[in-house]
Amino acid sequence: MGAALEIRNLHVAIDEKPILRGVNLTIKQGEVHALMGPNGSGKSTLANVLMGNPAYEVTAGQIIFDGQDLMELEPDERSRAGLFLAFQYPVSIPGVTLANFLRLAINARMKAEDPDSKGISVSEFRKLMREKMDQLGMDHSFAGRYLNEGFSGGEKKRAEILQMAVLRPKIAILDETDSGLDIDALRVVSEGVERLRGPELGVLVITHYQRILNYIKPEFVHVMYDGQIVETGGPELALHLEEAGYEWVREKYGAAE
Amino acid sequence: MVVVRQRRTMAPESPVYTQADVEALSERYNEPQWLRESRLAAWELYEEMPMPSLQDEDWRRTDYRHIRWDQASPIVEANGASLDIVPQENLEPLSGEEQGGFIVFVDGKIVHYEIPEALKAQGVIFTDLQTACREHTEIVRPRLMTQAVLPGDGKFAALHAALWTYGVFVYVPRGVAAQLPMHVVIYNTRPGASLGHMLVVAEDGSQATVLVDYLSAETDAHSAYIGATELLVGDNANLQYVALQDWNRETFEFHHQRARVGRDANLDWIVGTMGGQVVKQYLEMELDGQGAFGRMSGMFFADHDQLFDHDTQQIHNAPLTTSDLLFKGAAKDRARTVWQGMIKSLPQMQKIDGFQASRNLLLSDEARMDGIPGLEIEADDVRCTHAATFGTLEEEPVFYLMSRGIPRAEAELMVIEGFFDELLERIPFERVRERLRAALDRKIVGRE
Repeated sequence: MGAALEIRNLHVAIDEKPILRGVNLTIKQGEVHALMGPNGSGKSTLANVLMGNPAYEVTAGQIIFDGQDLMELEPDERSRAGLFLAFQYPVSIPGVTLANFLRLAINARMKAEDPDSKGISVSEFRKLMREKMDQLGMDHSFAGRYLNEGFSGGEKKRAEILQMAVLRPKIAILDETDSGLDIDALRVVSEGVERLRGPELGVLVITHYQRILNYIKPEFVHVMYDGQIVETGGPELALHLEEAGYEWVREKYGAAE
Repeated sequence: MVVVRQRRTMAPESPVYTQADVEALSERYNEPQWLRESRLAAWELYEEMPMPSLQDEDWRRTDYRHIRWDQASPIVEANGASLDIVPQENLEPLSGEEQGGFIVFVDGKIVHYEIPEALKAQGVIFTDLQTACREHTEIVRPRLMTQAVLPGDGKFAALHAALWTYGVFVYVPRGVAAQLPMHVVIYNTRPGASLGHMLVVAEDGSQATVLVDYLSAETDAHSAYIGATELLVGDNANLQYVALQDWNRETFEFHHQRARVGRDANLDWIVGTMGGQVVKQYLEMELDGQGAFGRMSGMFFADHDQLFDHDTQQIHNAPLTTSDLLFKGAAKDRARTVWQGMIKSLPQMQKIDGFQASRNLLLSDEARMDGIPGLEIEADDVRCTHAATFGTLEEEPVFYLMSRGIPRAEAELMVIEGFFDELLERIPFERVRERLRAALDRKIVGRE
C-alpha cells in the first residue's frame, strides 16, 4: 500500500479571515491530481498549509499523511516523511549554495533515519547532482551559486524540480510551477516532473492555467472556489476550464462577496 | 553610644595609575628620551581630561562604569606562558602552507616572531613597536600618535599614549607590494590592563595585507584593553587591514583607530567584533588625497549582556574622494549594540561620494540595537547616501529551508550566516572566513 495524503474538512484562516472553508482531498502515491481555480480561491494557501507554513492557522480539520497526523509535525519533519512543496516564489538565501543546501537536506534525512549516519559521500552527491542537473538542462555552475540568488524565474523553477528529483518525495505539491515560464522552460520543467512520475510518486499540480497539464497529464482535476473544492472530474474538466474560463464556476457557486 | 560607621570599599571610578607608573614603564623598556617625553606629555593631557560619561554625546548609550578598575588597571604581566596555549586555529598560516609575517603576543609579550626572507628582501619592516622605536626611530617618531590617532582624541587615547606597553610596527617601503600577508595575534590569559598599539605605514605606491586577531582566555576578573590602531596609507598605496576581536566576557575595550588615506590610494578595512563585555571602538577614515578610496566593513554579533559601540567617521578632506561603509550586526539575549556613523566634508571638497549603511538583525525581544547615521556635508556637488535598517529573523527563508527537511535550528543558522555572508566574503583568507563562521555559529546556537 502506497502512502496517501488525506485532507479532511480543512479550515484555515489568516488574521482570523477564513481562507479555506472545508477542503476534502485525497492524493495517493502514483496519482497525479490537478488543482485549478481562479486567483484568490485558496490554492496557494492549501499548498503552504500542507507544508506547515507557520503564517497560516488551521482552525479545523485534519491532514493525514502516510497514517501520521501532519499537524503534529514541523515542516522539516513533514519533508523527511516524504512531502515536498515546489514553491511558487522560491526565496533567495545568500551565503548558502544550492549544492551545500541540498547536501544538508539529504544528510538531515539520513540522520533522521540513522543518528550515526555520516551522510552522503561527496563523490556520490556530486554524481547525483550532475545527473539530475543534466536532465533539467541546468548548467553545473548552478550548484555553486547561492540558493535562488539572481536566478531567473525559469531557473528558480528548475531548481525547485531539481530539489524534488534529489529528495525523491512520496507526494509532491507543485504550486504554480508554470507561472512566469515561457513555453520552452515549461516543457523542460514539466519533462523533469514527468521523469519522476511513477508508482512511488503522487503529485498535486496547482495551476491557474491548463497549459502545464498538456505536459503533466493528471488523472484527476479539482476546481477550488472560495476556499472549497467545488468540482472534481477527469482531464476533460481542465480542458473545459481552458475554453470556458472560471465564469461559470462563479455563477454556479455564487460570488464570494 | 558610639555609632561605628562602616565604610564600604568602593571600586575606583577611573584607572588607578600615577605619573610614576609612566616613568617606571619608560625606564623599564629603556626608552629613548623622545618617547619618554611624549608619554609624559600624554600623561599630562590624560590628567586634564575627565572620564567620559553618559553626558558626552559619543558615550551617551555606552555605560562602562561597572568596570572594576581595581582589577582592570594593573598592567598584565607575562607569566612565562608560551605559544602552546594560544588556540591552534589562530596559529595556522592565513593561506596555503606558508606562514607570512607572524607575531604572537601572550599577555603583552612576544612568544613567537617570524618574518620570511621574501618580505625582508623587499625591505618590509614587521617588528614589535618597542624595537621599532629604537631601531627605526627616524620612521616611527614622526608617525607614532602624531598623524592618525592623537593623544588628545580622548581620555583613553591619552592614557594609551602614556602607557602603551606593546605593539607592532609594519612598514612597507615605497612601491613595494608585500609578497606575503602579515598576521598578528594578541592573546591575553590574565586579567588587568592590556595596552596594544598597531602602527601600519604603507608608503606611496605600496601594497600590503595585515590581519590582527585579538582574543583572551576566560578569567574571573575584569580586563581593560586600551588600544590604538594607526593606518597610514600613502599616495597610490593599497592596504587591506583586517582586525578580528574575540575577547573574553570580562574585557572592556576602549580602542581608538584612525586611517589616513593619500591620493588615489585604497584602504580596505574590515573589523569583526564578537567578544568583550563592553566594547567602544572609534574607527575613522580620513581621505586626505584626491581620488582616495576607503571602504570600511564591520560585522558584529552581541549576545548575553554584551554592549558593542562602534563609532565611525568617514572624513572627506579632498575632492573626488570615495568612502563606502557597511556595518552588519546581530544582537540576541539582552545584548545592546550601537553604531553611530558620520560622513564629513568641508565646503570646498566637491565631487565626493560617501556611502554608509548599517544593517541590524535583532534576534531577541530583550536585545536593543541603535543605528545612527549622520552627515555633515558643507560642499554642494556631492553624493552621500546613508541608511540604517533593523529587522528580526525572517520566517520565510527559514520555512523554505525547513520544507526541505532541515531542522529549525540549522535553518536559522543558515539564514543568519547568510546575513553576514556578504561581509565574510570580503575577508581575503578562506581559513579566517571559516573560523569566523564557526565563531558566529557558536554565538547563534549558544544557549544561556
